[in-house]
Amino acid sequence: MKAAVIVFPGSNCDRDVQVALRQSMGGDPVMVWHKEGGFPDVDLIVLPGGFSYGDYLRCGAMAAHSPALKEVVRRAAKGVPVLGICNGFQMLTETGLLPGALLRNGNLKFVCKDVHVKVETSQSLFTARYETGQALRIPVAHHDGNYYADAETLERLEDRGQIAFRYCAPDGRVTAEAPRPCSA
Amino acid sequence: MQVRVHVTLKPGVLDPQGKAIEHALQALGFAGVGGVRQGKVIELTLDEDDPARARESVEAMCRQLLANTVIENYAIELDT
Repeated sequence: MKAAVIVFPGSNCDRDVQVALRQSMGGDPVMVWHKEGGFPDVDLIVLPGGFSYGDYLRCGAMAAHSPALKEVVRRAAKGVPVLGICNGFQMLTETGLLPGALLRNGNLKFVCKDVHVKVETSQSLFTARYETGQALRIPVAHHDGNYYADAETLERLEDRGQIAFRYCAPDGRVTAEAPRPCSA
Repeated sequence: MQVRVHVTLKPGVLDPQGKAIEHALQALGFAGVGGVRQGKVIELTLDEDDPARARESVEAMCRQLLANTVIENYAIELDT
């Protein structure tokens, strides 16, 4: 298994991802600079968190048009798994690989804390080692972490079992009505 | 040609910044203020004198980059 991490000017979690992948996959991931459209074939692509291009225009908007991201879109179409964390998730919505968009937090504050989420499905590559219904404690840090999608899109995500996690209380009770993929 | 693009959140999309501005205006004593929404204005100069072609080109810019049409509307203003 080989992974690639795309690095943008303003990425700040790329090294964290590098360490995590090294520990979980055993080998060193390829670190790909955003200007590189042609990187080696890999089994997983990770878009790390941070503030790519200083969050200019909209979070992830500039990154979505970089040569590396254009290649990520092509690879995703061929079936290569792509994981977007935090700013990486915002990039995925900006490229259209994921539906919806992320809005400024309702309280206008930068949220940096641990939250609990409930595993909604273990039927995905990303959550296969968890059990459905299990509560996890994970760190989040975001200013634009309010996931928005129209009602039809949310229904489609629900129906297809494409919601990985849902915010919950520490004991696993669901506290938020709307599914909001978290940007840890 | 000078062009101004107004990008605003779609009606119904939560705008906490607009709400904060509204509250601040009310706190300053401006009575009867409501429905404050914040957007952005992008100004650009085009090497194009034909209004139809300029509009078409800026429309494409809006769809591809300037606006996220999932949450935002845009309006194009040409200085002819």
